[in-house]
Amino acid sequence: MNYRMEWRKAVNAVMLTLTGVCALLAVSVLFFILGYLVWHGGRALNWEFFTQLPKPVGEAGGGMANAILGSAKLLLVAALVGVPIGFFGGIYLAEFGGRTFAFLVRYTTDLLNGVPSIVIGIFAYSALVLPFRHFSTLAGAIALGLMMIPITLRSTEEFLRLVPRALREGALALGASKWKTILTVVVPAAYRGVLTAVLLAMARVAGETAPLLFTAFNNRFWSPGWSQPTASLPVMIYTYAIAPYEDWHRQAWAAGLVLLGLVLITNMVARGVLARGMSAQRS
Amino acid sequence: MMIRKLAVTVFLLALGTMAWAQGSGPVLVNGAGATFPDPIYSKWFDEYHKAHPAIQINYQSVGSGAGIRQLLSGTVDFGASDGPMSLEQLAQAKIKVLHFPTVLGAALPTYNIPGVSQELNFTPEALAGIFLGTIAKWNAPALARANPGVNLPAKDIVVIHRSDGSGTTYIWTDYLSKVSEAWRTKVGKGTSVNWPVGLGGKGNEGVAGLIKQTPNSIGYVELIYAVQNKLPYGRVRNAAGNFIRADLPSVSAAAAAAAKSMPDDFRVSITNAEGKNAYPISSFTWLLVPARIQDPRKREAITGFLRWMLKDGQKYAEPLAYAPLPREVIEKEMKAIAQVQ
Amino acid sequence: MATAAIPVKHAGPGWGLRALARRLRNGDEIAHLFTLVFAASVILITSLLVYELWVNSALARHKFGLSFLFTRVWDPIFDQFGALPFVYGTLVTSAVALVIAVPVGLGAAIFLAELAPPKISGALAFVIDLLAAVPSVIYGLLGIFVVVPLLREYVQPFLKATLGFLPLFQGPIYGVGFLAAGVVLAVMVVPFIISVSREVLLGVPGDQREAALALGATRWEATWKVVVPYARTGILGSIFLALARALGETMAVTMVIGNNPQISASLFAPGYSIAAVIANEFSEATGDLYLHALVELGLVLFLLTFILNGLARLLILATTQRGVGQE
Repeated sequence: MNYRMEWRKAVNAVMLTLTGVCALLAVSVLFFILGYLVWHGGRALNWEFFTQLPKPVGEAGGGMANAILGSAKLLLVAALVGVPIGFFGGIYLAEFGGRTFAFLVRYTTDLLNGVPSIVIGIFAYSALVLPFRHFSTLAGAIALGLMMIPITLRSTEEFLRLVPRALREGALALGASKWKTILTVVVPAAYRGVLTAVLLAMARVAGETAPLLFTAFNNRFWSPGWSQPTASLPVMIYTYAIAPYEDWHRQAWAAGLVLLGLVLITNMVARGVLARGMSAQRS
Repeated sequence: MMIRKLAVTVFLLALGTMAWAQGSGPVLVNGAGATFPDPIYSKWFDEYHKAHPAIQINYQSVGSGAGIRQLLSGTVDFGASDGPMSLEQLAQAKIKVLHFPTVLGAALPTYNIPGVSQELNFTPEALAGIFLGTIAKWNAPALARANPGVNLPAKDIVVIHRSDGSGTTYIWTDYLSKVSEAWRTKVGKGTSVNWPVGLGGKGNEGVAGLIKQTPNSIGYVELIYAVQNKLPYGRVRNAAGNFIRADLPSVSAAAAAAAKSMPDDFRVSITNAEGKNAYPISSFTWLLVPARIQDPRKREAITGFLRWMLKDGQKYAEPLAYAPLPREVIEKEMKAIAQVQ
Repeated sequence: MATAAIPVKHAGPGWGLRALARRLRNGDEIAHLFTLVFAASVILITSLLVYELWVNSALARHKFGLSFLFTRVWDPIFDQFGALPFVYGTLVTSAVALVIAVPVGLGAAIFLAELAPPKISGALAFVIDLLAAVPSVIYGLLGIFVVVPLLREYVQPFLKATLGFLPLFQGPIYGVGFLAAGVVLAVMVVPFIISVSREVLLGVPGDQREAALALGATRWEATWKVVVPYARTGILGSIFLALARALGETMAVTMVIGNNPQISASLFAPGYSIAAVIANEFSEATGDLYLHALVELGLVLFLLTFILNGLARLLILATTQRGVGQE
């Protein structure tokens, strides 16, 4: 009996330690990735990287200025596409949605959320590139925008629902119409949460490569306007990483560091906003 | 198609935030295709942009197969390929496509065998055997016989080929099909084939990258990629029975015979060429230009570039390990530029 | 919500033209319609997506039918296309990923939900969320330059020496291949398993746990025999979610799987996945049939992830609703 108790205690200790090891392992991966990128990418980061165009194949030097601007342009339009649809769609679900239709919207949104990014790429190519006979910044941006919709939409719905009923009822009781209530009371109360979701969605699509391969394509130069191919950070990382040139590898690391830095900072800011927003709602 | 196009257009206009920016400003010409000549093309387009700041030629080395496909679907202004388009492809195409040879290159067997620093000799049979998978070890008799005195390890051969549709693959398989009956019937030639063995790397860069990272591997790349990455590469036995190292003279020797009998459409294969010193896996590489280009500014940009490339551009070839075009071919091409309307 | 719905549900005698005019005047109906258009556009977009996939794969679907899924030849020259090597590669790499990721993820989730003090648990969960946000191309980058050399130099020779009698660990060592892709995928999906499982575990009512402890169970026994079984459907859901993510992952896999459409029992061998072959060949497929075969692969991938996501959501919903029901 005593022996059995000892055994159970030993199992208890071993297994609990193991779970701790698992947690530590998972968490340390992030620090490993960060450390590795800082170590390899930090050395390759210089002024040129942010200001110069890529050099011809095999020549050392040059930078990714066009890719950085390209990514920014892509994200801007992606947000213009994804946020309105997600935001107003979310309002519909939270405030107006009936039973069947709302269910259908929710269902397709989840479906869209699960669509692999490469499939979005195929779709954008056949719907936005082929008919116009252009690889274009716009096509890539819309592909990314589509990927932002589900996150924005479902989060908007969730955060609007979190707004206390008393707030709405107060406004309605004062004689405000429903849309005025939504506009002046509900949305302001939930905007932090929605903003968080938008930031997180942008951080997610900022690193997407697959939908850009055959939509925004790539460009060695600055991309004028919106109807031309553009370089972007993720696609540059991909192209440079699989190439055999040491100098390109260095730049891939640098680009990786920049991209990861942006994504992580956005995430931290967003989650910070969320944390403050939630406590404000509670108080 | 119309309805969808309309719907998408309306959708875009509804965004109301931007217009298609076109008209004035720099001319951006988009091209895509072969990775084989990418080092010289990116050099050319860079130099040409410096000489003509108003013209940007954006070339993406996505593979010859992609170059042909995107040209035919009209998403790029010109394509580039290391294998000429087949008659079947030309017949299917909705647009007329002209071939313009730009430089000559060579595909060569490059390998990474720890402990072997010598230059290896490859017979056509050995190459076909390795890529068919019938020769699986580095110390196989077919290899040992051609390389006396080299201490080949008893290791498995890791074959590396292109995963994307590639003109380099076309040249390589075109050659193997000419020298090996088994290859011709089992695998055939093309920009992408059903490989019997091996790993796939994307682009000449990807293959060179994989070879560098994989011990006991062999693959095929364009000459410049082996030179730039200091990959060792082997000599190949030519039709005359000599083991020839790929370099400018040997590639030019392969082109010399073809130069005199160049057909009017410039589509010609020079693998396994006659000639004592000819390197057997050589090829022209082509720009694929539509015979009709609607936008006059793009047409000017492309024809202007072609003339510059034939006149001034050829001098960049040799430092990058490409053989410049024979004089007869340049003259013939200069006349052909007028066909672009 | 109940009050909010009142103005919209307009059953009753007040329903008429005048009432409609009144509602239009105060703007509610306009707001309703306005947001409805946006919500409907999601359905429109998704239907268009499915339509495009369906139409653009017609040639391949007609020519090969269901045998597409069971043919192993992928030969663009002779126009023969079969999806089997890609389906196989996708499933094998995902399976490898789950074999590694499930124990680690579940262990970490248990630690975070059951053992760690709330402050630490929250901080660690935050880090895990950040990990989930790392772009896949960066995983690919690290895969090429860290995971593959590590596997080739140390892990695979070790596996070959110790477990080489299994067909799984035989054959030449390349570095890239099923195992490399599986390992990279494992790292990528672990955060999903952890964060969803943690939530599910936290949702298990406290009395379950306390009852077990009161009966003399050790902490581990209470967790493993009571809490985890209680939450098992939700945990299963998190695994399905991870699986769906692994199946559709493109860039990281493309960079390390070896890109060769072959079926091999060995995990050391190079392979190919559905997403990877699309990424590599979609822009260059020269023939129409070739292109349609690739789009059909996209369709297959879409259906696979669609089914898995649906199952995952159902399972997670089932567990969390039960938790809520008992509150």
